[in-house]
Parts: sequence; structure tokens; C-alpha cells
Amino acid sequence: MKLDSRIPAGPLAEKWDRARFEYRLVNPANKRKYNVIMVGSGLAGAAGAASLAELGYNVKCFCFQDSPRRAHSIAAQGGINAAKNYQNDGDSIWRLFYDTVKGGDFRAREANVYRLAQLSVNIIDQCVAQGVPFAREYGGLLTNRSFGGAQVSRTFYARGQTGQQLLLGAYQALEKEIAKGQVQMFTRAEMMELIVVDGRARGIVVRNETTGNIEAHTADVVILATGGYGNVFYLSTNAKGCNVTATWRAHRKGAAFGNPCFTQIHPTCIPASGEHQSKLTLMSESLRNDGRVWVPKAKGDKRPPGEIPEGERDYYLERKYPSFGNLSPRDIASRAAKEVCDEGRGVGPSGLGVYLDFADAIARLGEDKIAERYGNLFEMYERITGENPYKVPMRIYPAVHYTMGGLWVDYNLMSTIPGLFVAGEANFSDHGANRLGASALMQGLADGYFILPYSVGNYLASVKPEKLGDDHPDVRAAVSAVRDRIATLLGTKGKRTVASFHRELGDLMWNYCGMARSRAGLEEALRRIPALREEFWRNVTVPGSGESVNVALEHAGRVVDFLELAELMCKDALHREESCGGHFRTEHQTPDGEAMRNDSEFAYVAGWEWKGDGAWELHTEPLHFENVQLSTRSYK
Amino acid sequence: MKLRLHVWRQAGPSVAGAFETYDAPDVSPDMSFLEMLDVVNERLMEAGNEPIAFDHDCREGICGMCGLMINGLAHGPRAMTTVCQLHMREFADGEELWIEPWRATAFPVRRDLSVDRGALDRIIQAGGFVGVATGNAPEANSIPIGKEAIENAMDAAACIGCGACVAACPNASASLFTAAKITHLGLLPQGQPERYRRALRMVEQMDLEHFGGCSLFGECMEACPKGISIDTITRMNRDFLVASATAEQERQVRGD
Repeated sequence: MKLDSRIPAGPLAEKWDRARFEYRLVNPANKRKYNVIMVGSGLAGAAGAASLAELGYNVKCFCFQDSPRRAHSIAAQGGINAAKNYQNDGDSIWRLFYDTVKGGDFRAREANVYRLAQLSVNIIDQCVAQGVPFAREYGGLLTNRSFGGAQVSRTFYARGQTGQQLLLGAYQALEKEIAKGQVQMFTRAEMMELIVVDGRARGIVVRNETTGNIEAHTADVVILATGGYGNVFYLSTNAKGCNVTATWRAHRKGAAFGNPCFTQIHPTCIPASGEHQSKLTLMSESLRNDGRVWVPKAKGDKRPPGEIPEGERDYYLERKYPSFGNLSPRDIASRAAKEVCDEGRGVGPSGLGVYLDFADAIARLGEDKIAERYGNLFEMYERITGENPYKVPMRIYPAVHYTMGGLWVDYNLMSTIPGLFVAGEANFSDHGANRLGASALMQGLADGYFILPYSVGNYLASVKPEKLGDDHPDVRAAVSAVRDRIATLLGTKGKRTVASFHRELGDLMWNYCGMARSRAGLEEALRRIPALREEFWRNVTVPGSGESVNVALEHAGRVVDFLELAELMCKDALHREESCGGHFRTEHQTPDGEAMRNDSEFAYVAGWEWKGDGAWELHTEPLHFENVQLSTRSYK
Repeated sequence: MKLRLHVWRQAGPSVAGAFETYDAPDVSPDMSFLEMLDVVNERLMEAGNEPIAFDHDCREGICGMCGLMINGLAHGPRAMTTVCQLHMREFADGEELWIEPWRATAFPVRRDLSVDRGALDRIIQAGGFVGVATGNAPEANSIPIGKEAIENAMDAAACIGCGACVAACPNASASLFTAAKITHLGLLPQGQPERYRRALRMVEQMDLEHFGGCSLFGECMEACPKGISIDTITRMNRDFLVASATAEQERQVRGD
């Protein structure tokens, strides 16, 4: 296996133009002869499926929810970045590119990130044309807010529901194509296996979650836009259904997995309230524009926040990072919160929390202005905690939020399996070791609206459209592999529930492969994960049958794959002897506790090739920085 | 807290269902309603029984996947709250709860508390979009939109498509859902070219899906977790009326 990034030659700013010119085209009359499978209907999936259908390809789109509109992109709150420079504050494509490469701690490809910054402006145009109600000024033009990791205001937003509005735009475009018959939509359909024929991705096997039928679907190209794998930690800000199964099954069929250990811990989530906790809820990072983060200076200070005088509070982000302050990037803000809690200065019943205080902003701007900016977030906080954040500071704590790692793809978003494309959070591409706020929506839509329609066409122009029968031996083998897996899960009839395994795996990952990682901890995890997996297959209980709705079976199928992924994440974290972005190895830090990168040995993408149960081979794609100077990130 | 739950159990769309009773002896007030059901399900599965099927995904009130009737109220007793965001502190110790799926002809039960809401997607397919293909868009700031218009459009666009309005309506009408989309797009300049055909087609589709008619009871607005106003229905009716006046011409264009 060779990781060939296929980055076009030429100057950075001209690479994408050059790629588009060099891409082969499919004659308009021939497009309808090609079948495309899109798995996932979030920003990347819905945008890609709609855009490919508009070009005339026959698209089949799959999602496990009851409607494509449920995809978890919908939950993104804060906004979407674009280098429009509407605020006249010095933004440019180059600056967005630079901020993203730097924010990613120099572990992303320059060429991909530059293209992302270029396309950001087209995304805003497209979304506005669809009727996305972005916030505006009284003069009728679009407004922006600032966001973590940037010193310009380039974030477009629709109240605290930006992801919802962008997704509904893409969903509506998708429904328009479904109405025309250009897209065939399959809801409540979970991808269980990838079909590879003669080395090319040719289809998928899905389980119909209503009837339990196992169905094969074949096509000329397969695209996975199936999101991230944060739920390997059990508790995360992801939706309950988010899973790694689609990408993991592709990985087992030959797709390299890129940088699996790069996960993002978001600094502003509502702390867990007890054992029953089923997920964690994010409070948008945009809150840090007006909220000030603090803890008491003294350890174990249990006074209510209002009784702690100004002089006894430690606004630690403002103290440690005076130029970015409360807007420091996510990885830095999360780690700083963990540090103060580890010192015994955390707040709330569990001691795992810090204050996010709006008192100053309310005094300065008035409650109305704050309500206008964050009203729905404040309501959500009050519903969950029973506390009123206009009166008492919010309590927040970091939680797993996003996975920068994912299936390795080249510049054209194609994985190491020809004909298998990967888009959005599911691929590893643009965010390096840390994603900046408001960049996930940008990447998902860039991939879906503006990259796949060209790069998939280029691939299809090189292959003949061809039908594949259900009786092809490779199709039959994939179908029976799925049937066997389901039969084993249902037949084990052990003592422990799927959720109890998932929770144990999550604890293990949070403790050993979370915000801070050490060699000893990772080695411990690598001993315990295979043992847990062994117990799962021996002792899991999945009640009911495979022939109807079976929510326990759906969960079991996902946990099977998390149990394998977890091992690879720890392996990757152990091999990367440096700290960068969201990957913090306690052995590699500066005397004042900042991450210490090792550019001479680790300026590469790690691409892991599956070699059978618990064995992987590491391949590397060196990263070349020709346009930005590798430097130590400083937000001080 | 101790609670007694009467939960609708139904093995599939074509078999009869019935209430079954479960005790939830150790409920924490900090649990969400769905976390309380998770705990009940864990116990069922530990005993080798099948869990109660219910729909849910984001658990932060935005995906629109969850939805239950609790004591006859869609999404339970707290206003402006989806059931995933409803916390057990809203209930009293010892309370008895009757938990049912959305009830509507257009929403067949799949299993237990899970229903098929595909009809709502088909209403959107009928016209709930701006017909702009990727790549066609003009520069974003070339379309100025007044602040009031954008705020009102956003109020309507906040609909999460959960179906509580249908479940709460005595006629099982999907008017609030349909009107929210017609209003969102109809208030914006981008939505004008298709405004009347959109209203006509979406309302026609709503009827085809066997949703009932609207008699302005207003139960939908009370149940809506996003506070969508019934004013949107007035707007839908007005656009539909204008559209109907030219419907004959429309049909000729469509070649029906």
C-alpha cells in the first residue's frame, strides 16, 4: 500500500484550478448510465448526493435515521467560517488557510486546506441562495462573529442553530432530487459491509432496520459521508446513533485509516450529572466571545460563585494566554480546564467543572443583547441543569466532540480502495491534529457541494458503467458475512448488555486515550481492550430476533466495531511520540505544560492498513510545508 | 424517585398493541426522560427481555427524531421542550405515567413507541425548497434582506420536523409543519419565484398523505418544542388561496 496524496503540481493558489482542468469529464448524456452510492445524509452526504444528482448521475442515498434531516450535522450550533472579509478586518483566503493549518498544529496538508479556504466563499453564496437564514445587520447584509483560534470575524451563523439551517438547506436540495427520481433515498438503512470487486469499491450491504432484511446495493462508485467516531468514548457530544461501522468495515476491506488518535475534546460542554448519563451536551464555543472562564484561586473552595470575590478568582485563560484569552483554541482551553480541575480547583458537585461567567457581558451589553446572541443556548442549559445562567455562571467541562482522524483520502477524496470516496468528518483530511471552531460545517459542505461533483466525475470517466448482479460471488460473500455476524450476536445469549460493554470501553478510552495520554496508560489500554472484546463475543446478550426492529442488535453491531477501532486509536497514540493539537502525550511537553511537537520525526500522516485481528501495518504520508513556516503555536 | 410506567408495546405495524406496566424504582431527578427509559431498558435486557423501542438520536433537542406522548401530552408536560430534553425533575415521586407513540393515520407504528414519519419528507419533496442547483448562486451579499424578515423566517425555519404538532392535533393535521416551511421560504426573496406553486403542492401532498384538515384548535402550537406560531398557518392559507386561483393554469403547465 502506498499513500499517494495526488496533490496537483504548481503554486498553492493554482492547484485546485489545475486539478479541475485536468479532471476528465463524463459526457452529459452518459452521466445517467452511472450509479452512485452515498452513505450518510449529513452536510457532506446530502450536499454531495444532491449535487451529483443535479449533474445527472443516478444516486442512491442511505441513512440509518428515519429521515435524512436527522443527521448529526444538525446539532452544530456556532457557525461556519468563510473568507469573505465582509467585516473589512483583514481576512483573506490566505489568512483562513494559515489559521487552519496553524490551528491544526501543522498536521494537515497545505493543498487541501488552501482549497477549503477558497471554497468557503462559494459555500456561503450557495447556502444563502437556498434560503438559509444567516444573521444579518439592519442594512440587510450578512453579519459575522468571531470564533476560537482566529483574530478576525469570519463566522456566519443562524442564531445557535447554524448546523440545523445548513443541513436543512442541503436536505431540501436532496429532497428536490428525490422528487425528480434522480436520488433514491433509503432511510432506516444501516451499512454493514462494503463490497469490493477486483480491487474496486462496487457496493454496500445494508440492514433494513424495520424489516431486518439484509440487502446488497451495487454501483460504479461508493461514497462514505458517515461522520466521526467520537462515540467510541461512549459519552460524547455526538448523537446516540453516531458510529464507525461504515468506515470501519471499509477499513477492514483495505481502506487505510488516517491519524485515528486525533480526537477533539471540546472545552464547553455541560458536566455529567451521574451514572445514567447517556450523552454530553455541547454549549457552543461562541459563548466564549462574551463569557469569561474562571475557577477559584484556592483549592476546594466550595462557596457559591457569587460569594467568591473578584480577587479570589482565577481567570486562567486570560492569565495564561493574554492575546487570545477566552478564545484560545479548543485543545488548549480543554487541557487548561483539566489542569485546574486536577489541581483540585474544579467546581460543581463532582469537582469536574469550571465557570463560564456572563456577569460582565450582561453588565456591559444588557440582558437583552445576551439573550439575542445566545438565548436558545441559555434555555438549553437551564432545561438540562435546572440553573439560570443569566443569574449564576454556567458550569462547563470538556467532552469528546469531533474526530479529526478518519479514512485516509488523497486530494480527490478517494481512499486507498479505488472507487471508494470519503467526505466530511469521516475522512481524515483538513483539520490536522485539531479542528478550529466553525470549520467542520465548512469542510462538510466544501466536500459535498464543490469537490465530490468534480472528483467523482473524474473517477467515473475512467471506468465503464457496469451492472453487478446480486449473485456475483463477492456480493454473496459480503451478504453472508453480515448474516453470520448478526447470527453470532443474537446467538451468544450471555449475561452482559451491549451498553455495559460500551460504557466500559468508553471509560477506558477517556482515562487512557483522552485529554492526556501516556505510554504506561496506553499500554494498559492495549492490554485491556482485546480482553474486553473477547468477553463481548463470549458474554453479550442481544435479546429478540433479526427479523424486525431490534434496537439492541443495532447497538451491538456498532459496538463490535468500536471495540476494534479503540485498539487502533491507542496504537496510533502510542506510536506518535510527540504532542500536537488534540493529541497530548504527557512525556512530550514544555516545562510550562504546553504541547511539544516533533517535526523532524512526526510531520506525517499515519495511515494504518488492516492486517487481520489486532494487527496493522503503518504507512506514512510525509507532510511538506512550503507556504507556511512550521512554528510552535502560541496563543499567548 | 419511584415511578410507575404504562408503556405502549406493539411488535410490528400489523399487529395489535397494548399497554404494559413497568416500575422504575430508582429515578434521579437529573435524568432526562429518555435516560430514565434507558435504565428501564437495561433492566429488561439484563433479564433477557426485549427493550422498549423508541426513536431518539441527538438528545439535545434539535434532530427531531424523538417524540412520545406522556399522559396525553406530546413531548410531555414542559413547554418548548423535546422529550430528550425533558428532565425527571418535572415529575413527582410516585407518579404514574402513560407513554404512547404519536397517533396519526399518516404515522404508522413500526414498533412500540417508534413511528414512520416519511410523510413529512414527502411534503418537503412536493415543494419545500428553493430550486437552485449547486453552482448557480449569486454573491451572498447581492441579496439584502431586512432584519425583521430574516428573524421571522428563522422563527419558522426552526421547525425540527418531530411531528408533535400532528400528534397533538385532534385532526392529526400537519398544517403547522407544512406552514412553517412555506413561511420560512415565502418570507425570503430567494423563495419568491416558487412561492405559490410551493404552497399549492405542499398542501396537496399533505392531503394525499391522509393528514387531517386544520380547524385552528391551536394544540399544535402548544405542543411545538420550537414555539412555531400558528400565524404561519394563516400565511399558508393565504398563499394557498392565491395559488388555487391560478391552479388550473398550474395544472396545464404540469400537464396533469
